[in-house]
Amino acid sequence: MAFVVALLAGVVVASLVAAGSGQSPIPLPEVAGSVLHRLGLDLGPLPTAPRGDATLWTVRFPRVAMALVVGAALGAAGALMQGVFGNPLAEPSVVGVSAGAAVAAAASITFAWTFAGEWTIALCAFAGGLVTTLAVYALSRADGRTEVVTLVLTGIAVNAVAGAGLAFLLFVADTQAREQIVFWQLGSLNGTRWPYVGVVAPFAVVGCLAALACARRLDLLALGERPARHLGVDVERLRIGLVVVVALLTAAAVSFCGIVAFVGLVVPHVVRMVTGPAHRVVLPASMLAGALVLVVADTVARTFVAGADLPIGMLTSLVGGPFFFWLLRRTRRSAGGWG
Amino acid sequence: MTASTALLARGLVVRYGAATVLDGADLEVRHGEVLTLVGPNGAGKSTLLGALCGDVDLAGGSVEVLGRPLSSWRLRDLARERAVLAQEHRVSFPFPVAEVVRMGRAPWRGRPEEDLDDDVVAESMTATETTHLADRPFVALSGGEKGRASFARVLAQRTGVLLLDEPTAALDLGHQEAVLARARARADEGAAVVVVLHDLSLAAAWSDRVALLAAGRVVADGPPTDVLLASRLTEVYAHPVEVLRHPATGDLLVLADRSARPPARPPARLPHGQEHP
Repeated sequence: MAFVVALLAGVVVASLVAAGSGQSPIPLPEVAGSVLHRLGLDLGPLPTAPRGDATLWTVRFPRVAMALVVGAALGAAGALMQGVFGNPLAEPSVVGVSAGAAVAAAASITFAWTFAGEWTIALCAFAGGLVTTLAVYALSRADGRTEVVTLVLTGIAVNAVAGAGLAFLLFVADTQAREQIVFWQLGSLNGTRWPYVGVVAPFAVVGCLAALACARRLDLLALGERPARHLGVDVERLRIGLVVVVALLTAAAVSFCGIVAFVGLVVPHVVRMVTGPAHRVVLPASMLAGALVLVVADTVARTFVAGADLPIGMLTSLVGGPFFFWLLRRTRRSAGGWG
Repeated sequence: MTASTALLARGLVVRYGAATVLDGADLEVRHGEVLTLVGPNGAGKSTLLGALCGDVDLAGGSVEVLGRPLSSWRLRDLARERAVLAQEHRVSFPFPVAEVVRMGRAPWRGRPEEDLDDDVVAESMTATETTHLADRPFVALSGGEKGRASFARVLAQRTGVLLLDEPTAALDLGHQEAVLARARARADEGAAVVVVLHDLSLAAAWSDRVALLAAGRVVADGPPTDVLLASRLTEVYAHPVEVLRHPATGDLLVLADRSARPPARPPARLPHGQEHP
């Protein structure tokens, strides 16, 4: 519990600091003051920099909000997927679900689909994510569980096919769409506006709430399918439901920010080391920790090199790749071989 | 006293591909008794247990639980009536043993019995001598400790029907006795208990009834003294078997008969170990 409170405090502080940093820095008290004034509380100083308040509300806050939403969605999606697969290495980007969602979303850009207005991209990402999750699920399971080797190899195969799809879309796209797709493959929160947040947030919120509602049943699923069923869990229904939720969360993360890999792998793992594996703690803590990680990573991405907005996906992969390898080695050792 | 029927299986047929694993097996399990399933490897013991708990698809026959067809039960209601101990004990994440045992209480959530959770978990862990393991991660336990912790989880479920698939596998002699004594005690309180066992002397000592399986059928079903006959066991196990009486207690002792063994042959053993359906 103390851990969750600490995470929450961390998220608030990091968000304010993130909003204050950038090309024209705004001191922390002024950021806090601006938020409080908007909430109708006449407390604290207002930004003194020219156009400071406008910068905060049109550029910085949407971006911070997007980082929070996407981070929470990624953390939850990772924890959920690991629970469903009973495998600590399952994660949307590792098994190719992020790539699948990205292909569908990229298609909607390339072919300029607008059947659902500004929701088109998100809906396509959801559809792509759903199809890929179901495919991975069907392909990587044997006798009711997923071996590490099967899962990782399935991920390679799915990522390869999705990669081919993206390559094709890049090839047929016009210059503008091509740029947008490349920007996505790198993963970035650059250019976030409030309407985007308004599209992504409902996906993430619904996904997170659905995940929390399944927490106890996920614990029982750790015993295996049959023992879970003998404890009263309708395993088939739970699994299908959770696959949809994973797709929803992945779509939320991917539809505007592209592939931000490994957050869903690293975050729940670290959380579990602190809180133990009970999902009713791991899930909310992973959401908060995911949000914290992404806000911090995004702030680093846009301030590390002055004047350059580094792709955040590059940063998370830089950290997550070696972590994944370490986890793989450790899993192998503890399992006494591949299993 | 005529005990009421807890489980009723009629004409069970189970096929895995071309192989017929259960070929018209019948079984009735009553409240207040321990029924042991015995038989050689591949006779269909675990499959029969799996069919009784609904894990195995039936090609024919029917299973009733407390007078209702198995398929008509809601899973959660069923979980309050019947607990199953699987042969394998696996937990995907490093849950501490106490939490694994507490998972046995899941079917009682949101009901008045939930208030008993702490007591029931503590009692189940005491009964299985797992209290000292409470904070250890389940995945780090030895095979025998895992078996006892899983048994504690099944006990914590507090059901009137217990289905135990080789609960004594990987346990030492003392813990084998303790587990079966606990199962016996639950039966004496009115539970219906089905146990798959390989050790025929154990089966004889703890069962009210023994069902002997061979080639997917129940070939004998009755009190241990009626079922465990040397001639019948010799035939079913395709190995010479002796049945003796303990000189002091009168317990049945079932042994491989090694008297006819030629001196050069390696020691013959009872079939033992994991059984695959």
